[in-house]
Amino acid sequence: MTEPRVIRFRLNGEWVQLGVAPNELLINVLRERLHLTGTKYWCGIGECGGCTVLLDGEPVLSCLTLAVDVDGREITTIEGLATGEDDLTPLQRAFIEEGAIQCGFCTPGFILTAQALLRENPNPTEEEIREYVRGNLCRCTGYVNIVRAIKRAASEAAKSRRPGPAAGAASG
Amino acid sequence: MNRFNTHIIPVEFEYHEPRTIREALELLARWGEDAKILAGGTDLLVQMKMRRVEPKCVINIKRIPELDYIREGPAGVRIGAATRLRRLERSGAIKRLFPALHRAIGWMASVQVRNMATIGGNLCNASPAADTAPPLMVYGARVKLASVSGERTLPLEDFFTGPGQTAMRPGEMLTEIWIPRQPEGTGSAFIKVARTAMDLAKVNVAVALTLKGWSAFNVRIALGSVAPTPMRAREAEAALEGRPPTEGLLRRVGDIASEEIRPITDVRSTAEYRREVTKVIVADALRKALGMVRVGGGVG
Repeated sequence: MTEPRVIRFRLNGEWVQLGVAPNELLINVLRERLHLTGTKYWCGIGECGGCTVLLDGEPVLSCLTLAVDVDGREITTIEGLATGEDDLTPLQRAFIEEGAIQCGFCTPGFILTAQALLRENPNPTEEEIREYVRGNLCRCTGYVNIVRAIKRAASEAAKSRRPGPAAGAASG
Repeated sequence: MNRFNTHIIPVEFEYHEPRTIREALELLARWGEDAKILAGGTDLLVQMKMRRVEPKCVINIKRIPELDYIREGPAGVRIGAATRLRRLERSGAIKRLFPALHRAIGWMASVQVRNMATIGGNLCNASPAADTAPPLMVYGARVKLASVSGERTLPLEDFFTGPGQTAMRPGEMLTEIWIPRQPEGTGSAFIKVARTAMDLAKVNVAVALTLKGWSAFNVRIALGSVAPTPMRAREAEAALEGRPPTEGLLRRVGDIASEEIRPITDVRSTAEYRREVTKVIVADALRKALGMVRVGGGVG
């Protein structure tokens, strides 16, 4: 059965259906057939994290995933996080505010990985952040700002979850 | 022939997604050497991209529920071969009962790779550097191999036969890893030396020992990336067995292990460095394992 198989998966919240050959990689289906070019092809051997997407919420490498293998599952790419500048996620805003983007090539992978981290561990230490994103490379070496952006997104989310001392003082 | 990495898989193959072990074994029996089992894909797909492996048939075993489990029983823990590393990392039972394995897994590659890669894949790939092998070996793990004609189990130590080579016969598939519960008073540890956080080991070592009074028993030392297969350092183990683990003796055990290994020089390290660093990390791992010994309620 080297002929195409029809697969159906949820992509950024919407079901898509298409025929794929068994040897097609998820990254090529996303980029070349569905025109979602935010997911980057980089090392191709699982060392850089540039092609990271979320599979059922967990970060995986789309350049080492067969497209047939995501049948019935849920994929989130960077395009699925916001529709435009007005509804950026807290992580995306923090990356801009902290200058955590230089050439931008690694940014989609970093943001998706960091999003999975914050969902799992809403208040990570710097060490936990560095540990979690160690599979994402930034060749501009902007790691300091990237880590700072992830911290900032975490602390802003914490502030919005419970009123901090400032909010308490203002209400009192 | 293209040996370079590309962004496509330049190999065409038949693709199967069995739902049961039985179905997978029947496919394996039918296709024999032309089939490759796809689990996490983090190694196989890289090999296929580079045309180092060109299977005519790919059998994806990730949709077989009966290969994905962690079951804690009175005698030990059973792990399905297609259980992802990330699930093992998150397992309370693994962390509590087999800390050296837990440490080894957390140290491997990246969270993305651990979300994909399976424990069975790490073993079947049979890399001399496989990080799960030394801890499983010191815990005395056994592997279950199945084929259409039946099942057999063997100690993990006998599973590896050479770089990329295992004792699996054509038509056989690794289905389960069993790790026995360790005796009271056991401590264990894992240490890896690598170029970067993401890289394979230059050397990795796992140790386990059981303290009775002031002496160490059941001493097990296993090393990776220092021989054609992951290996036990039996002379080093024997030097410590039944003796008090004094600082001087731990250092001597490291020296003996360093003599026992058969390292080569490759892209990751030199044979000389591997020998030198083995002395240090074997002794370090033993110190760490001694610090991990937890004395249970009745004994302490």
